[in-house]
Amino acid sequence: MTAATSSVKPVAKPATKPGNASNSMHPLCPSRESGRPIVSVRGLCNRFGEQVVHEDLDLDVRPGEIIGIVGGSGTGKSVLMRAILGLREPQAGEIEVLGLNALTDDAAQRRAIERNTGVLFQDGALFSSLTVGENVQVPLKEYHGDLPDSLRYELALLKVKLAGLPADALNKLPSQLSGGMRKRAGLARALALDPPLLFLDEPTAGLDPIGAAAFDKLIRTLQQALGLTVFLITHDLDTLYAICDRVAVIADRKVVVCAPIQEVEKFDHPWVQEYFHGPRARAARTTRDASS
Amino acid sequence: MTDTSAHPPQIDADGPTPSRLRLSGSWTLDYAGQIGTALGGAPGGIDAIDATGVERLDSVGVLQLLRFARRADLDFDVFTFHESHQALVSAIEDVADDRPRRKREYGVSAALERLGRAVHNNWREAMALVGFLGETQLKLLRMFKEPGRFRPTATVHHMEQVGLDAVPLVALLCFLVGAVVAFLGANILRDFGAQIFVVELVSISFLREFGVLLTAIVLAGRTASAFTAQIGAMVSREEVDAIRTLGMDPIDLLVIPRMLALLVMLPMLTFIAMIFGLLGGLTVGAYSLDIPPQQYLARMHETMELRHFLVGLAKAPVFALLISLIGCLEGLQVEGTAQSVGERTTSSVVQSISMVIILDAFFAIWFMEMGV
Repeated sequence: MTAATSSVKPVAKPATKPGNASNSMHPLCPSRESGRPIVSVRGLCNRFGEQVVHEDLDLDVRPGEIIGIVGGSGTGKSVLMRAILGLREPQAGEIEVLGLNALTDDAAQRRAIERNTGVLFQDGALFSSLTVGENVQVPLKEYHGDLPDSLRYELALLKVKLAGLPADALNKLPSQLSGGMRKRAGLARALALDPPLLFLDEPTAGLDPIGAAAFDKLIRTLQQALGLTVFLITHDLDTLYAICDRVAVIADRKVVVCAPIQEVEKFDHPWVQEYFHGPRARAARTTRDASS
Repeated sequence: MTDTSAHPPQIDADGPTPSRLRLSGSWTLDYAGQIGTALGGAPGGIDAIDATGVERLDSVGVLQLLRFARRADLDFDVFTFHESHQALVSAIEDVADDRPRRKREYGVSAALERLGRAVHNNWREAMALVGFLGETQLKLLRMFKEPGRFRPTATVHHMEQVGLDAVPLVALLCFLVGAVVAFLGANILRDFGAQIFVVELVSISFLREFGVLLTAIVLAGRTASAFTAQIGAMVSREEVDAIRTLGMDPIDLLVIPRMLALLVMLPMLTFIAMIFGLLGGLTVGAYSLDIPPQQYLARMHETMELRHFLVGLAKAPVFALLISLIGCLEGLQVEGTAQSVGERTTSSVVQSISMVIILDAFFAIWFMEMGV
């Protein structure tokens, strides 16, 4: 879905307006040139009792990128996401999201962050007693209760269709959908408020390879069209190769490397080497090379 | 979350060519209301809309413009967007324009259809309950042949939850109801100078009816709902399917321990309920009716027959069976959603309470006709 498919003719007239729209980024996102990260984590420590998950972890997410977070099971990928989202209070460290302090107790700031982040949980986390359409309308009602019903409905329909679901899915309950469709419905709800920042927790886990590839493509398309920054936790090597701009590897309680995948592959760390040079990684690389 | 640099959406006519509109400002979700107003006040006879001056655009803005174009019967080609917005616009424009069918039909035939479905469903539920009763009985019998299937730990666990934990509640309720019956009865009997008959009133009503009925109603509310919710949550998390695939029988594992627990505990609780109901009567007698406990007990001893107690107690196992079966069956019929668990729990409480009362009425008539 590139601009070329559009029927809209760009006019020759140069843009005569202030900065933000000059790149195709989301309005609230700091511009790429500013060099400011959209999410910045400094010195994060997370402990569960005796068990230390993160120690002095640093991570920057640049605006407009898809960053893939990888790491073995139990290395705290989800814990990191939950800390950034404010669902878990870390023992130490600073987290900044969209220029706001994510660990603040200030309700207005917290709400501003929540309003501007979309989250897709592992199994969609749809409200099981609401239809897909009602699920998508929940954040709209909460933050924009004054919208006319018809517009809210149209908006929900649009988001559902943008997420690649048929219009009929709008009136279905989550239990009537397949796993892949539930993820798409969860994505539609995450996109309801046009957030600049999207968190995806293993979006392709449990999908068949074709469905997973389609979901990868959907994420890429939406990211480009809506100017999103995507924080993506995954185990899926295909996803890493297909859509991630940078890959951050969590091992030994911190981010050991965060770079484009070609550089990460070469990084000298036992886990990284095993991960990127195992049989499955070779297969993923071959697919990528064949398709490019 | 509107930052200060944003301007509200605005529509201006392009000076020399009035059929050309210029859009500026923020066309985003935060300004959805103003976008609606601005577009509502837009003049007619437009042949070009220049949206290149829009600072911020999100899917709401595009959607509103699309709706405006549809209303004003404009081709979407008349819009010109800034190039940075084109990916968004074309993504939204490319989405197929199909709509879902209406969720619910209205009208007489639809109402009739719903009524028919409801009747049919009720019939099916009644059949399911009878079928479930048969299945459970069979599996209970099989347990005598294969005692290894019996789960003593689960049974005792449920006995504690169902029986022991309910003792304070049942005792308190029955004590109070006993006191109230004695009090109200005495008020009327006093007019006939027959206040001492309060003893018979309380004893007969508690031994024959109230003891078992109150216990059954408390357990229907407390235990049937718990059974449904416990089993329902397991069904919705596919745990029951897991039990089946592991070669175990959910009836053996989930239903029979609960049923046996209730079969043992409901008669015991009924006995406790009777004692506390009688105590309630005794207390009121002693403190406000001038019937000393010795006299009360002596009168009870003279007038009461064992059959009243047996009539009351005989009903307890039947109610126990009913409550446990309805609770478990409703739980097993849960379908996936949290809402379904809630609906089934409500339904199990309503069904078991009403069935208890209906059956109790039948018992009362039957025992009376039989002369017991």
